[in-house]
Amino acid sequence: MTELQSLVILILVGFLPSEVWRWLGLVLGRGLDENSEIILWVRGVATALIAAVVARIIFIPPGTLAGVPLSVRVAALAIGFLAFLFIRRSAFAGVVVGEAVLITGAIAFGS
Amino acid sequence: MSDLSPDRPSASPPRVFLEGLKSGVWSVFFYVLVGNYLGLGALAYEFGFSFWWMAASTLLVWAAPAQVILISTLTTSALVEVALAVTLSSVRFLPMVAALIPLFNAPGVRQRDLLLPMHLTAISVWVEGMRLLPARPRAERVAFYNGLGVGLISGALIGGAIGFYLAARLPPLLAATLLFFTPMALLMSTSRNARALLDRLAFALGLVVGPIVGWLNFGLDLMWTGLIAGTIAYLVHRWREARNVGSTP
Repeated sequence: MTELQSLVILILVGFLPSEVWRWLGLVLGRGLDENSEIILWVRGVATALIAAVVARIIFIPPGTLAGVPLSVRVAALAIGFLAFLFIRRSAFAGVVVGEAVLITGAIAFGS
Repeated sequence: MSDLSPDRPSASPPRVFLEGLKSGVWSVFFYVLVGNYLGLGALAYEFGFSFWWMAASTLLVWAAPAQVILISTLTTSALVEVALAVTLSSVRFLPMVAALIPLFNAPGVRQRDLLLPMHLTAISVWVEGMRLLPARPRAERVAFYNGLGVGLISGALIGGAIGFYLAARLPPLLAATLLFFTPMALLMSTSRNARALLDRLAFALGLVVGPIVGWLNFGLDLMWTGLIAGTIAYLVHRWREARNVGSTP
């Protein structure tokens, strides 16, 4: 595959299928009030979609993360979140604790 | 609506853009993106893509899940299949952009002025934008958001470039740690920015409904999860609002 061909493929199957939703959101979102009922509902849907992405990465992990057992992935996310809640709602603390649990668990229970 | 007043002098667009850029670079997401794209860059290297292709995919697609799908399936699957998977993984941009657009409503803001801000919209930029934009005067929001988006996308470009070169040496456990960055950061930033019961409930329900819908294997699981969990959260929010209005004299 030449560099030009791979760029054309990137635009056709990467850029356009993804970008079309941003364009549709732009067309549909214009003229709506930020506190209107429909926007509140849309906000709920968008937030739930992000949660679904989080759940998907934990349950159907990409690449090397699949090498870490599911129980360790779930435990690391839960303990990291608890650390976040108890250590002054610091995202940094939560990430550090979650990653530490992931590494420890992967070494202890991994293949 | 004092911020719409024409008398109010607003800062020049380049200055506001730079302020947005600074907010992007100082955001926790900048480091999260560097980390996450380290893994993506390594993946691109392993699948035989070029350095510039990886950079172009970040600039054009600007959605980590879609890029993961592209990189890992492009060499083996039919193009139609890849396009379908990418489009499904990006459906979330529709409600995200629709929820964001009203924040940009101001006299003189045209539809085409919003094409760049909307292209720069990814989860990280969206979360930071929803948090920071309401505090900015309306006239400054487009330039500020563009700066924010460029600041954050540059973190992804830097991470992708470093990951591409590190690929040969990255131990699997370190790569797994980098991939784990994304769900952790999304979970915590969303709960930190959750303004109302609606946001928290939608997120919690999404975490539960997502795996169930995925397991039931309907297809389009992200979209269904969003619709089901988001609608339940919205209905609970409405029911509570109605009850509060009813109980206060």
